[in-house]
Amino acid sequence: MRTLWRCVRMQNRIFWRTPVAAFFTLVFPILMLVLFTAIFGNDAFDTVYGRVNSSQFYTPGLAVFAAASSTYTGIGINLASRRELGILKRVRGTPIPPWIYLGGVVLSAVWVAALGVVAMVVLGVAAYGVNVEAAKVPAMVVTFVVGSASFAALGLALASVARSVAMAVPTANATLLPLAFISNIFVPFGSETPAWLDLLGNIFPLKHFGLAFGEAMNPLSDAPAFEWHRLGVLLVWLAVGAVVAAWKFSWEPPVIKGRAARRRRTQPAPA
Amino acid sequence: MGPAVAVSELVKDYGAVRAVDGVSFEVERGEVFALLGPNGAGKSTIVEILEGHRTRTAGTALVLDTDPSSAGASFRDRIGIVLQSSGIDPELTVREAIDYYGAAYSRRVPTGELIELVELDEKADARISTLSGGQQRRIDMALGLVGDPDVVFLDEPTTGFDPAARRRGWELVERLASQQRAVLLTTHYLDEAEHLADRVAVLAQGRIVAEGTPAELRARAGSALIRFAVPDRVEPVSDLLAPVSGDIVGRGRHVEITTDTPTADLAQVTGWAAELGFELEGLTVTTPSLEDVYLSLVADDVNDAASLDGGDSQT
Repeated sequence: MRTLWRCVRMQNRIFWRTPVAAFFTLVFPILMLVLFTAIFGNDAFDTVYGRVNSSQFYTPGLAVFAAASSTYTGIGINLASRRELGILKRVRGTPIPPWIYLGGVVLSAVWVAALGVVAMVVLGVAAYGVNVEAAKVPAMVVTFVVGSASFAALGLALASVARSVAMAVPTANATLLPLAFISNIFVPFGSETPAWLDLLGNIFPLKHFGLAFGEAMNPLSDAPAFEWHRLGVLLVWLAVGAVVAAWKFSWEPPVIKGRAARRRRTQPAPA
Repeated sequence: MGPAVAVSELVKDYGAVRAVDGVSFEVERGEVFALLGPNGAGKSTIVEILEGHRTRTAGTALVLDTDPSSAGASFRDRIGIVLQSSGIDPELTVREAIDYYGAAYSRRVPTGELIELVELDEKADARISTLSGGQQRRIDMALGLVGDPDVVFLDEPTTGFDPAARRRGWELVERLASQQRAVLLTTHYLDEAEHLADRVAVLAQGRIVAEGTPAELRARAGSALIRFAVPDRVEPVSDLLAPVSGDIVGRGRHVEITTDTPTADLAQVTGWAAELGFELEGLTVTTPSLEDVYLSLVADDVNDAASLDGGDSQT
């Protein structure tokens, strides 16, 4: 337990010493909330939640986007780069249990995700009058925990599939950003949105994370506002991520693999 | 309690290629054992099997009477690893990294003591990312020793050191052995093996081609080498040379005698030449170095393999 706590603290320290990560996971989503409400105004319009203010639409979506960035993109890139530097290999040679180390990485990312979500919600309430009700806070918390866990598992899967940083960064961005456009995060879906885009969004977890969190903040929904079927989809994705990670995760730096492969090509089999 | 490291008939295949081919050796506590060989000879593969980073194909490998392939945290608590390929979180400072990794061990060396030992006092609060290559190798060393290990694996520990740092690195390794730790060292520097190792195994193409103390290995080539050439009219190897104790090899006019008694043999040779009345051209007596032995051992093996792979495996 103490080892886990030490691993979380060290990962947090690393996060705060990586300004680019801190900017993209924490500052960037908040900047988007400020920009969107400035560009589109804060008037009421028809959304998936019913007729609500634009800030009421954007705040939960961008909060969830911050959480997904911190867990999925953050864990994926962090582990890929730590593997590339041979740090994961070092850890495997120490008495630190591998699961504790990975647990530290995940919990640190979830902690940063929580900071991002709280900052977004506080800004939404304070600056734009976004609705938060005590009776629905449990639904917000549970949705956050399930969604973050799901995206953390997908982050582990990303680090397992993308073996290098050069692969992890574009893979993370090329998956999360397009999804944000079809998941009611960056743009509200109206009645004229093509059905196939709607379907596509429904397959992936981001939309369910965002809408479950948004319902828990929606002034028109009834408490406790749990979206159980969406949480169910998130749990399925959690399982998918965990299975891929368990199957493919490697502690060995990719260069070693290349060197071994080169040796394999140049070293003859004994006659 | 067996030896600190015991390897027997160890085999590692990568696909169809046998990277380690029936290697056996033991390392006792308080002993520095060096695996010497060119790149691709299988040194790192053997060490990584012993560290638990890789699984073996066949044979046995025991470190502290434990099979590393199935060992857990309690095994890793007792070993120290200094690898070339393992990095350190660049965001942390020297002190933070030693604190963090050190906290995982049950018998940890105090951070300040280690920082002093590897002479990083002035860099204790500098980020790892700002350290020079040599300084990074020193904190590597500190992290390998932070758990007060019984067995230390050192993978080319002084690569990238300047000569003075290298000397100090050697002193550190000597101190480890004097503290009754077993040290398994890989290196391709002969002087390093000769200086540090109690015993050396020379590896080529996944096999041990020679093993012994540096002195024994040197003696394999005899303590001296007598070389000379005879005139055309003289039969280079005749009965008159029979009393010579060393091995005689004649190639045309050229003769090489490998011997442990160079004085007596030289007297025989010069007596023979004086009796027949000719001069020995280019007569020399030399002492072979460990390098001569090593190069001949490795070259033999590479030549054997050259027909198979064009001889460019040593990259």
